[in-house]
Amino acid sequence: MARFYDVDITNPLMLGTALYPSPAILKDAFKVSGAEIATVSLRREQGAGQDFWSLIKSMNLRLLPNTAGCYSVKEAVTTAYMAREVFDTPWIKLEVIGHTDTLQPEPFALVEAARILSEDGFQVFPYMTDDLVLADRLVEVGCRVLMPWGAPIGSGLGLNNVYALKTLRNYFPDIPLVVDAGIGLPSHAARAMELGFDAILLNTAVAKAQDPVKMAQAFSLAIQAGALGYQAGPMEVRDMASPSTPVIGKAWL
Amino acid sequence: MRVQVVGAGVAGLCVANELSSRGVEVSLHDTHRPPGPHACSWWAGGMLAPFCEGESAEEPVIRLGTRAASWWQKFTGAVEYKGSLVLSAKRDKNELLRFASMTRQHRWVDHLSIAELEPDLAGHIRQGLYFDSEAHLDPRVALARLVDTLASQGVVCTQEEPLSDILTIDCRGLAAKDTLADLRGVKGEMLILKNPELNISRPVRFIHPRMPLYIVPRGSGVYMLGATMIESSDRSRITARSMLELLSAAYALHPAFAESEVLEIGVDVRPAFPDNLPRIRRRGNRLFINGLYRHGYLLAPALAEMTADYILTHKQPELMDECTI
Repeated sequence: MARFYDVDITNPLMLGTALYPSPAILKDAFKVSGAEIATVSLRREQGAGQDFWSLIKSMNLRLLPNTAGCYSVKEAVTTAYMAREVFDTPWIKLEVIGHTDTLQPEPFALVEAARILSEDGFQVFPYMTDDLVLADRLVEVGCRVLMPWGAPIGSGLGLNNVYALKTLRNYFPDIPLVVDAGIGLPSHAARAMELGFDAILLNTAVAKAQDPVKMAQAFSLAIQAGALGYQAGPMEVRDMASPSTPVIGKAWL
Repeated sequence: MRVQVVGAGVAGLCVANELSSRGVEVSLHDTHRPPGPHACSWWAGGMLAPFCEGESAEEPVIRLGTRAASWWQKFTGAVEYKGSLVLSAKRDKNELLRFASMTRQHRWVDHLSIAELEPDLAGHIRQGLYFDSEAHLDPRVALARLVDTLASQGVVCTQEEPLSDILTIDCRGLAAKDTLADLRGVKGEMLILKNPELNISRPVRFIHPRMPLYIVPRGSGVYMLGATMIESSDRSRITARSMLELLSAAYALHPAFAESEVLEIGVDVRPAFPDNLPRIRRRGNRLFINGLYRHGYLLAPALAEMTADYILTHKQPELMDECTI
């Protein structure tokens, strides 16, 4: 099982807390999926959203506050400080957005913000593209978890670049890797786990499903299946068909 | 029989009217004079659109909401039966497909049908859903008529404290959080624009993956733009982001909105329970009606009828989750 900084993770499904039809449905989705880490966004609900927070807090989840909607180092760092105070955790999912349409991370600002926050004792979970060199820089400045995107946030496109994700896994065997964003179907999540990823973070695919609770369960099962598949050591693909029962000696009339 | 109604927002006014029309002696208490901006129903859209709401709301909202239009027409005569349109930009076709799969009682419309229904939107938008059985009203007109109807029956809203030994129907909305701990606030922000050049005759929902918008015509070129949904109890201010999003979406629906005059900016907080469904709760001499969330005008009539049935015939309402006498 994965270890995020000094915390052992037993369930690799991490869920966001936005966009659900109601807090009651959100709660049921967490319950049925067994997800134990919830990302929470500070920007909108701050201050007067106490009722929603106490509801989330009552669910006994580990909270991963994020800096969603930040476009600069300064904004992201300020939001991280506020989040640390409000949620009393060193964890921060660092998002620095670089492009309004694709919500693509801004890699340069991301590294800078990650450096500032890591130096100040934060345990940073950077939301990043799948670039290998960027990953290297983030580890260099102190990140011990990496969260490459599968596809743009909320797009549901799945794993856009399996090769890049595989490469990250191969180059960072000891850093926990989480696919964050872009997951649309349980099979996308299973695929990421089959690649050896440690966890999956998603929100829209569950919250905007016709039946969010059922979809949360589907993701939980798919992630378990994918993880088991990876641990079991998948066969290699080959071009030549290889029958599982010998053909020689069969009646050929 | 004598009953006190506390809170003269949409829930309280509907209950008072329903009870009064069935011969119950009603008194209405509110610390402010109704109707007015202190109640979140003052800022509502006034869409009577149960099927559209099915996109995110659960079954009781749709079923109970289908009773709303005829109730409002009977008590206020203020209902406009024009259906609702749900539209999207071409890029967001999938959002529309999702909306269609989550709702019923609609038909697809192309740019020709849209042009027939709303000539001013011709050409801009190429696809949409039409919910022809839905309706809308102007909330402030409707509330004023409920107040008038009560007044004609001798019921005038008073600022006096209700008596403790008479059955009290508590419709105070979020203020009842002092007693109902599981109530929370969901902030909504809205704008009222005036644009006499633009003629849109029915509510239009404009779906966008990031900033969904609805526009409700109020007549004479006045349009209500709504509404944000934020998990917060802050009712003090609108953010620049919210205003930017509402106006950008309106501009995307029709560029002429850019020339509108901004008449009003509204901010208030909807009372909601964790499942976003309303509740009727009896605690001794107090009967709470609360948690109407974003469905005040849609659900208040059904809740008023249920409450009257309960009081007059002791029929247990389906949304009653607590009854201690």
